[in-house]
Amino acid sequence: MFTWFHKLASPPYFYKFAQNVAPWTGWITLLLLAAGLYGGLWLAPPDYQQGDGFRIIYIHVPSAWMSMSGYAFMAIAAGIGLIWRMKLASAVAAAAAPLGASFAFLALVTGSLWGKPMWGTYWVWDARLTSELILLFLYFGFMALNRAFSEQRTGDRASAILALVGLVNLPIIHYSVVWWNTLHQGPTVFVGTHSDISMRMLVPLLVMIAAFMLYFATFVMKRLQFEIIRRERSTAWIRELL
Amino acid sequence: MNGALVALIRRDLQLAYRRRGEMVTPLMFFIMVTALFPLGLDPEPMLLRTLAPGVIWVAALLAGLVGLESLFKSDYEDGSLELMVLCPVPLELVGLVRVLTHWLITGLPLVILAPLMGMLLSFPSSAMGTLLIGLLLGTPILSLLGAVGAALTVGLRRSGMLLPLLILPLAVPVLIFGARSAAMAVAGDDVSGPLYLLGAMLALALTLSPFAIAGGLRVSLEN
Repeated sequence: MFTWFHKLASPPYFYKFAQNVAPWTGWITLLLLAAGLYGGLWLAPPDYQQGDGFRIIYIHVPSAWMSMSGYAFMAIAAGIGLIWRMKLASAVAAAAAPLGASFAFLALVTGSLWGKPMWGTYWVWDARLTSELILLFLYFGFMALNRAFSEQRTGDRASAILALVGLVNLPIIHYSVVWWNTLHQGPTVFVGTHSDISMRMLVPLLVMIAAFMLYFATFVMKRLQFEIIRRERSTAWIRELL
Repeated sequence: MNGALVALIRRDLQLAYRRRGEMVTPLMFFIMVTALFPLGLDPEPMLLRTLAPGVIWVAALLAGLVGLESLFKSDYEDGSLELMVLCPVPLELVGLVRVLTHWLITGLPLVILAPLMGMLLSFPSSAMGTLLIGLLLGTPILSLLGAVGAALTVGLRRSGMLLPLLILPLAVPVLIFGARSAAMAVAGDDVSGPLYLLGAMLALALTLSPFAIAGGLRVSLEN
């Protein structure tokens, strides 16, 4: 197990691993997306208050979840790269950052589209919208710092420190905006152990979340392949490969 | 070790004194930004009174960015930073001491100036104490966060544009609780909540950010 893990950290081995695994996760993502969208858009009953408008939840909530867990994933990968000097982990963080940023952007766009009919305005300075916006800025800062240095190793290590500072700060930012102002509804998907939304609405949502996670995994692997080619372009095995 | 740190403080203060012009720039920036708001808005006292906490805090936040780029720059360029890394005093403490002098030079005068700018914005004098305590707790956090960004980008030739992008998102909680405490004081509410939170954030920043500063400096020097 450990030797397998150790091998996975070598760029050529991982490149082949991703080559073999990414198509599988990609197809499963498509299947789950189809199932989740069918369940969400056709099978789930309309909301008693919001009618069919609530269905945007099937994009909005998974992308918001992925934008946040994507940041944690990226920061931990960057931290591993910083502490154990693992080249592949830094490449993982660099590959995951734009994906996480696009999830944050998607969550903001769907949120404001949802807000227009429900709250009557595209944008309010509500706690969750604001913290999602700041999360997007944190992603931008990471991406900018990662590419700012002529030496990629320096950029990796500097942006890893920034990502870790951001990881410590993220809960503080979140709670500060929560206490500052709030219009967004409270957490309804998981309140303690039971859920406040009906099973027929919840199951498609969970399927969608799984689909988004697999999408993230698939595209991290694909982007990581490009990242490996970019970083290792002077090595013999890449020249042989291309 | 204490001797080295005292020498470092003395050196930094002396350098700052010899470059007094640079020291004044953030203050001038702070004054001008606050003075621009009434010109851009309606100079009606009631409006200014409601906006004053936010305006002063945002201006303080932005003034903290002015000159931040040069926090470690000259030491990096003339090689003294390398000597500080090599010397037996932990780099974390060196970084902390540098932030302390930076705050003494730019943060403290700003706090002292704040009541004056508050008066220009018809900020009520009854709430001035809260504004001062808030700024006293908040500006060191901004200096510490700014030093993290400055340490990470010291090796870059053009870090001026990058620094705000790195630091401002992290400074949001300070802005929220700082401006909130001042606004609550204007309204006559109990302000202990946001001030305690500012204090907690200062304790966290004081204990954790030196490690990020030292890490950033080490990364930059390896470049």
